[in-house]
Amino acid sequence: MKRIIIALTFLLLPALGFASGGVELQKAYNDIRNTASLQNGAKLYMNYCAGCHSLNFMRYQRIADDLGLTAEQVQLLIFDPEKKIGSMMTTSMDPNDATAWFGKAPPDLSVISRSRGTDWLYSYMTSFYVDESRPTGVNNLHFVDVGMPHVMWDQQGMQKAVYHTEKDANGHEHQVFSHLEPEDKAKNEAYKAQVLDLVNFLEYVGEPGKVKRLDLGWKVILFFFIMSILAFWMKKEFWKDVPH
Amino acid sequence: MKAVLTWFDSRYPSAYKLWMDHLAGYYAPKNFNFWYYFGSLALLMLVVQIVSGIFLTMNYKPGAETAFASVEYIMRDVNWGWLIRYMHSTGASFFFIVVYLHMFRGLLYGSYRAPRELVWILGMLIYFALMAEAFMGYLLPWGQMSYWGAQVIISLFGAIPYIGDHITLWIRGDFVVSDATLNRFFALHVIAVPIALLGLVVVHIFALHDVGSNNPDGIEIKKNKDENGIPKDGIPFHPYYTVKDIFGVMVFGMLFAWVMFYAPEMYGYFLEFNNFVPADSLTTPAHIAPVWYFTPYYAILRAIPDKLGGVIGMGGAVGIFFLLPWLDRSPVKSIRYKAWPFKFALFLFTVSFIALGILGVLPAEGTYITMARIFSGIYFGFFIFMPFYSTWGTPKEVPERVTM
Repeated sequence: MKRIIIALTFLLLPALGFASGGVELQKAYNDIRNTASLQNGAKLYMNYCAGCHSLNFMRYQRIADDLGLTAEQVQLLIFDPEKKIGSMMTTSMDPNDATAWFGKAPPDLSVISRSRGTDWLYSYMTSFYVDESRPTGVNNLHFVDVGMPHVMWDQQGMQKAVYHTEKDANGHEHQVFSHLEPEDKAKNEAYKAQVLDLVNFLEYVGEPGKVKRLDLGWKVILFFFIMSILAFWMKKEFWKDVPH
Repeated sequence: MKAVLTWFDSRYPSAYKLWMDHLAGYYAPKNFNFWYYFGSLALLMLVVQIVSGIFLTMNYKPGAETAFASVEYIMRDVNWGWLIRYMHSTGASFFFIVVYLHMFRGLLYGSYRAPRELVWILGMLIYFALMAEAFMGYLLPWGQMSYWGAQVIISLFGAIPYIGDHITLWIRGDFVVSDATLNRFFALHVIAVPIALLGLVVVHIFALHDVGSNNPDGIEIKKNKDENGIPKDGIPFHPYYTVKDIFGVMVFGMLFAWVMFYAPEMYGYFLEFNNFVPADSLTTPAHIAPVWYFTPYYAILRAIPDKLGGVIGMGGAVGIFFLLPWLDRSPVKSIRYKAWPFKFALFLFTVSFIALGILGVLPAEGTYITMARIFSGIYFGFFIFMPFYSTWGTPKEVPERVTM
C-alpha cells in the first residue's frame, strides 16, 4: 500500500504545474558566484535603477564586502553626499512625487527577485516595446500597461511588437502577437547580457547570504551523514542483547 | 559524586522516579518499526522551533510598520540570522510533516483504540494547538500572503450566525487585519500557544507511559509479563529506543539540512513567493493559498458552496478525528491483521487527504471543485461509515507475541 500511495502522489504532482498564461518567460541563466557579473550589475543598478527604486534593506557596506569592492569604489556609486557607506540604499525620490509622476510609487527592490523570480525580471527587462498609446511611449509584454518607462532604452534601442492575423472559427480576423523585433540585433544581444548582470545583482540583493548558505549546506549534511553511520553502529551494538 | 547524588535524591526523589517511569524503566514493545521514529522527531521539532523562535524574537519587531523590515534585518544584518530564520520556517513545515506521519502511524496500527483513547485525544489537542500556532506565526512576517491568508481565515468566523461579526472583530481587534492583530498574534504565538503546547505534550507523553505504547502488531505487551512483572516483549526505552531515535534524528537531520540549505522556499510551498511582498491592505492577491499543511482543509472549505457549510465542513474535517477511537469497531487494532474493507478504506482516505492537499493550492474552478467534492466525500465517508465497514470481513489471526 505504501508503494501505491507514493506512486499516486507522483501521478498527481504534475497537476501542480498549472499554466501561468500569457507570454512564456525567458530563462535567466545567471550565476550569483560570478563576482564580475555582480559588480557590473551593481554599477548598472546604481546608474539606471537607484534613482527611483530603493533597496531599503541593503547597505552599501554589505555590497562592498560581498562583491570585493573597496570603500572608495562603492563611494563612487553613492550619489547622495549625505549618505555614508554604512547607510541603507534608500532612494531620494519622494513617494508622493513618484505617485504623481508614474501613477504608483516604484516598489522597493530588496526582495523583488524572491517574489518575482529571476526569470521574470530578465524577461520583463528585455520585453519593453513601443506603444504610442502609453504616456511613457512603451508597454511591456510581462507587465501590461506598466508605469515604468524603458529606462535602459539607450542600451537596447526600441523594440517593436510584430503581430500576425489569425482567423477564428467564426471567420473573424484577430491580431495575434507574434514576437518583438529589436532595432539592432547586435545591440539587443549586448543589452541582454547587461540585463543578466543586473538580474544577477538583484538575486544577490534578494538574499546576500545565499552563497554562504549554499557553501555551508553540504558540510552540515555530511556531518549528519557521518553521525548517522556512527549512530547506526551504536544502535546495532546496543540491540545485540534484544532477544528476537 | 555519590554523596552529591544522595544529597540530591533525598531532597528531590521524584527526579529518579521520573527517570525510571519515562526512560530507563519504561518498557516499550521491542518491535517498533520505521513509523515509530516520528514521535521523538515531533518532540525534536518542538525544541527546534522553541529555540530558534527565542532567537528570532530577539530581533523581530511586531508592528505593521516594522515587521517585514525586521525579518529582512534578521536575514541580512543579524549574525547567522538567516540560518535561524530558515530553521524556523523550514521547521514549521517539517513539524507538520512529522506530525502527519505520526498521526498516520496511529491510523495504521490502531494506536487510538482502547486503552489509548485519551492519548489520541490529547494528541489531537496538540494538533489543534499546532495549527493555531502555525497560523498565527504565518502572520508575523507581514507579507501579502501572511496578511490575506489571515484575512480569509479570520473572516471564516464571520459565517457563524448572529455573533460571527462580533467574533471576527474580537479576534482582529480592528475592522481589518491590522497592527493590533499582528501584535496580539505575536503574543499568542510566542507565549500563549507554546505554553499550551508544552503542557499538552507533557500530558500526552505521561498518559502514553501510563497505558504503554502500542506496536505494529497491535498487541498489548502488558498481557504477557514475566515473574518480575516486566512485559516479555518489552525493552527499556533507555537505552534501546534512545539510541535508535538518535539514529533517526541523524537521518532526519540530513533531510532537514538539505531543504533548509538548498530549498528553504521549497518552490513556494514552504515560503510563498508572494510573501516577499510587504502586506498591502489595498491590493488583494489574485490567488490566495494557505501554506501546504492547511490545504486539505482549505480544499474542503472551498468544495462546499455555502460559506457556513464550508466552515462547518472544515472544522468537522479536523474535529471528526476526535471520535476515531469509538468509530473503529474492528476486533483487531493493527492494519496487519485487519480485514480488507478497512485496509481499502484507509487507502482511499490517504489518497483523498493527499489529493485534497494538492487541490487546496490550485485555484477553485471547474473540475478541481468537482474533484475536491468527491475527495471530501471520501474523507468524511471514511469516518462516518467506519462503524460498519470496520466489522466487515474476517481479520487475520493476531499472534500471541509481537513479531520483529
